Amino acid sequence: MPEKPKVAFYWCASCGGCEEAVVDLGDAILDVVAAVDIVFWPVALDFKRKDVEALPDASIAISFVNGAVRTSEQLEMSHLLRRKSQLLVALGSCSHLGGVPGLANLFGRDSILEEVYSLSPATINPEHRMPAARYGDNGNTVELPELHQSVHSLNQVVDVDYYIPGCPPTPKMFQAALQTLMSGQLPPRGTVLAPDHALCDECPRKDSKPQDLTIAEFKRPQQLLIDEQKCLLAQGLLCMGPATRAGCEALCIHGNMPCTGCHGPTSRVKDQGAKILSSLAILVEAREEPEIIKMQASIPDPVGTFYRYSLPASLLRKRRFAEAPPAR
Amino acid sequence: MPEDIGFSGQETPRVGVYICHCGTNIAAVIDVKALADYAGQLPGVVVSREYKYMCSDPGQALIETDIDDHELNRIVVASCSPLLHEPTFRRSLNRAGLNPFLLQMVNIREHVSWVHLDKRAATEKAQDLVRAAVRRVFLHKPLEKRRVSINPNVLVVGGGIAGIHAALTLADAGKQVYLVEREPTIGGHMAQFDKTFPTLDCAACILTPKMTTVGSHPNIRLWSYSEVTKVEGYVGNYKVQVKRKPRYINEDLCIGCQECITACVYKEGKTPDEFNVGLSKRKPVYLPFPQAVPQKVVIDRDTCIEFKSGKCKKTCIEACGDRLAIDFTQKDIFEEIEIGTIIVATGFQTFAPERNPFYGYKRYPNVYTSLEVERLVNASGPTAGEIVLRDGSKPGSVGIIHCVGSRDINTNRWCSKVCCMYSLKLAHLIKERTGAEVFNFYIDMRTPGKGYEEFYDRLLDEGVHFVRGRVAEVSDWTAHPSEQGKLVIRAEDTLAGFVRRIPVDMVVLAVGLEPQKDAQQVRRLFNMSCSSEGWFLERHPKLAPVSTFTEGVFIAGACQGPKDIPDSVAQAGAAAAEALALIDSKTVELEPYTASVIEDECSGCKSCIPVCPYQAVTFLEHEKKAHINEVLCKGCGTCVASCPSGSIRQNFFEDQEIFEEIEGVLAHA
Amino acid sequence: MLNRPPAAKESAGPQFEPRIVAFFCNWCTYLAADLAGTSRMKYAPNVRVVRLMCSGRVDPQFVLDAFAHGADGVFIGGCHPGDCHYQEGNYKTLKRYALLKRLLKDMGIEEERFRLEWISAAEADRVRATINDMVEKVRALGPLALDAQAAEQPSVAQEVMA
Repeated sequence: MPEKPKVAFYWCASCGGCEEAVVDLGDAILDVVAAVDIVFWPVALDFKRKDVEALPDASIAISFVNGAVRTSEQLEMSHLLRRKSQLLVALGSCSHLGGVPGLANLFGRDSILEEVYSLSPATINPEHRMPAARYGDNGNTVELPELHQSVHSLNQVVDVDYYIPGCPPTPKMFQAALQTLMSGQLPPRGTVLAPDHALCDECPRKDSKPQDLTIAEFKRPQQLLIDEQKCLLAQGLLCMGPATRAGCEALCIHGNMPCTGCHGPTSRVKDQGAKILSSLAILVEAREEPEIIKMQASIPDPVGTFYRYSLPASLLRKRRFAEAPPAR
Repeated sequence: MPEDIGFSGQETPRVGVYICHCGTNIAAVIDVKALADYAGQLPGVVVSREYKYMCSDPGQALIETDIDDHELNRIVVASCSPLLHEPTFRRSLNRAGLNPFLLQMVNIREHVSWVHLDKRAATEKAQDLVRAAVRRVFLHKPLEKRRVSINPNVLVVGGGIAGIHAALTLADAGKQVYLVEREPTIGGHMAQFDKTFPTLDCAACILTPKMTTVGSHPNIRLWSYSEVTKVEGYVGNYKVQVKRKPRYINEDLCIGCQECITACVYKEGKTPDEFNVGLSKRKPVYLPFPQAVPQKVVIDRDTCIEFKSGKCKKTCIEACGDRLAIDFTQKDIFEEIEIGTIIVATGFQTFAPERNPFYGYKRYPNVYTSLEVERLVNASGPTAGEIVLRDGSKPGSVGIIHCVGSRDINTNRWCSKVCCMYSLKLAHLIKERTGAEVFNFYIDMRTPGKGYEEFYDRLLDEGVHFVRGRVAEVSDWTAHPSEQGKLVIRAEDTLAGFVRRIPVDMVVLAVGLEPQKDAQQVRRLFNMSCSSEGWFLERHPKLAPVSTFTEGVFIAGACQGPKDIPDSVAQAGAAAAEALALIDSKTVELEPYTASVIEDECSGCKSCIPVCPYQAVTFLEHEKKAHINEVLCKGCGTCVASCPSGSIRQNFFEDQEIFEEIEGVLAHA
Repeated sequence: MLNRPPAAKESAGPQFEPRIVAFFCNWCTYLAADLAGTSRMKYAPNVRVVRLMCSGRVDPQFVLDAFAHGADGVFIGGCHPGDCHYQEGNYKTLKRYALLKRLLKDMGIEEERFRLEWISAAEADRVRATINDMVEKVRALGPLALDAQAAEQPSVAQEVMA
């Protein structure tokens, strides 16, 4: 009997939702399990790192890695799976673009640790103990993975073959991607396995978007009763749809919420946040700078809104500090 | 590597780089040899040369030969501004069989060698720019210029001497001309002059025949009392809206008998007469001046009683009798015309001397502007040609002050070019008519034209006094009984070396020329730029004085800068000739920098639709995608930047090309 | 220890020469720069001009790409409001600039590093003055050094003492 192709799953800095999406295949997961041989899946199966290390190089057909890379362990595992796999696939927004964890790039690592372990309201830490990568006690040493200075997307640390975008990718998208990857007719290396045009194309409210949209004030979802038929941007909500790849069947819009951009940009765009900024900025009606600024002030958090999932993959990647943060 | 950045097609790039010395203009600052060597080792560069004058025939031949010998498929020329010679080098490529848009120019003269002193820094900057150009040019694609047809009709805006001459030239060449003039008559400022320098030709005598010809020329549609309100389209294909203001006179029925004026309920005029610069008064119904073209009266609705109260006896209609030419119901008429080229000849206004209060204009009754004196001198003016003071008496002494408002850091910096000559002319005419002592106060005597210096000599012989010094003030305070009742002009006589007080009966201010009050609105209407002083901007101060940066729009006369009548006429002829060149070539080529939507990539998000001011971007309801009309697109690229999914491309300014240029200039660590 | 901007600016050798990428519109600012050249005005050699037809073509991606690849400052030059050769392009630029400036601030890039100036074809002296002014302001701020930041790659293992 021909050997079933080996498949691995691993998650880095992630919420786990991508692998839940795989599980959400429901009954279909049984077909998947029947077709492949899962050799590594920490959340579901009991294989250990040394089992992967023991495999010959390039013996895993496809490794699906989700989550951003933020620790030394995640980096090591990414390198390991890259070595052991023929195809390394970035599963979900975090590995594709850095994802929501990527917003940590707005803060220095040390300020994050300080906030969590010292300053947060319910913390009592009079000796100001901070986590360390190594700790020695009576001749015993324990180790923790080191927290990197910044968050990286998967392709910033290893070569990635394909991307399945989404936060999380829908089960349908995962299934379709798996079929493509197993089909033997592989698209060009580096392809994002989703349509290469923006969400508006598959949005059910497309026809209600006016051709001459102008906005006096942007609104947040809790500030209005959102009309269930009308284009969300036309209602003043910050919908990232025009700058975001389609493929998710506009699930969020069906849920009466604006798109937040989790699929990332089309292949023709280098920086998703810059592009949505470019098209939203000009929607305000004002013509003089003070009024323009006032109207744009109704966008509460440009970085968080435009780069919610893509900050590490953006052109600037992280907030700049005037001097490199001091080494810990 | 070139392959990584998507070099188009199967070709590998074979780039030729050409560094121009431009004599010593570039070579004296930039190390051109080092630059050529540097370029030669860049990836993809097959040939790298430096030469004294790339734009010359041998220079261009260098490129053309290399394209052949080395099978070059991309060219970079580092020389002067592309605004000067991009067309030149594009033609070279074309002659050598290469698409002209496979060229990238680098500006190392205007932007580098002429503006930096540090040679090392300049050479380094040139290297960065050349490197960026080489990277960018890999991505250039062959492009074709669009050809559009030219509507042979022409619009001339402004009916002064320049507009008249341009219109006549074009009409005589068989083209249909629309001449739009704001005032009720054509003639402009020249119609207000009495004699013209240096020949002392009577202005009306040389102007009115031309005006009459305009009025009766079969190829000229004269729309007086009209203004252009909207201009749309592009070269060869302009759609213009003209507002024809109501004269309340039916132009086809009025025979110019002027009986309505005599019969008007106003026994005498109460409104300052514009043509006589306020020196006389006119009635609400009036003829601007006796030789007006069209020879039709006009009713001024702001002063006519019928419009104010609706209860006038309308004796004018009575006098008009069965000609029935008066029609109080007229309204603005908006005409839409289609034309191919436009000549803007909207002229100038004079400096308002109230801005220099030390000259006493409007404070002392006998201080006049030159234009007012022109009207006094003129036989059909308010005083029938008599030069008199406000009380009717003849002046015994007259002071003419040059450079009022001009050559002055507080008002206008420029020299208005014509004032010295017209001041000499007025000096002559005043002396001749009144026998008064005439004093001209000047800074420099500017008499450069044909016969001008000779005219000045003549004046010197006629006994006119010349004082070289800028007048400090005109006042009526006297220091000596002999100054009683006179205006005292104080000026330093710089040649003699002391300050003079010269009492005169009449002061004439030689006011300078300025752009018209509404020059900014007019130039925006026609999409022209202005110089910092407000004159309409020519495409090149030396080589293209009558064309503008908007193709198909030309300028002529004083609206481009102060000038006398011969120069205005010359420019008008030049503008007409350039318009004719366009028209007779039947088609014109437009730069292909247009944008296009890649239909497969467009998601129909409609972000681009409202962005285009020319409505070139529309939404196709059936396909649910955006579409750009290539003919309407002017190539600004604003929609390209707006597209959130990167689905619009601009020819020659594609995202990737610009990224290469950006990353190229920064690549050197 | 909290991350905070240090009091002292790092010095980069003899004198730090800022690298500024400029986007000039063809009809106004580029012409004005040419005029500055024909008038032989002199100004700092730190600017590299990218020629575009209209300032409205300036995609915010271009600005970010310039910063990401080593520019210490970015300068956009366009026509005065109301004078755009293409009617309205510069108004779009103004709106994008306003929001982009805010975004850059939130990303820690100082306001003086990103500048928008309206310079008409006749205002050669403003090209000179703006470039000189911007170079000095950016020089005082020091290198942006974003490319150094981006190049930082996490190493496979790093040891940190408790």
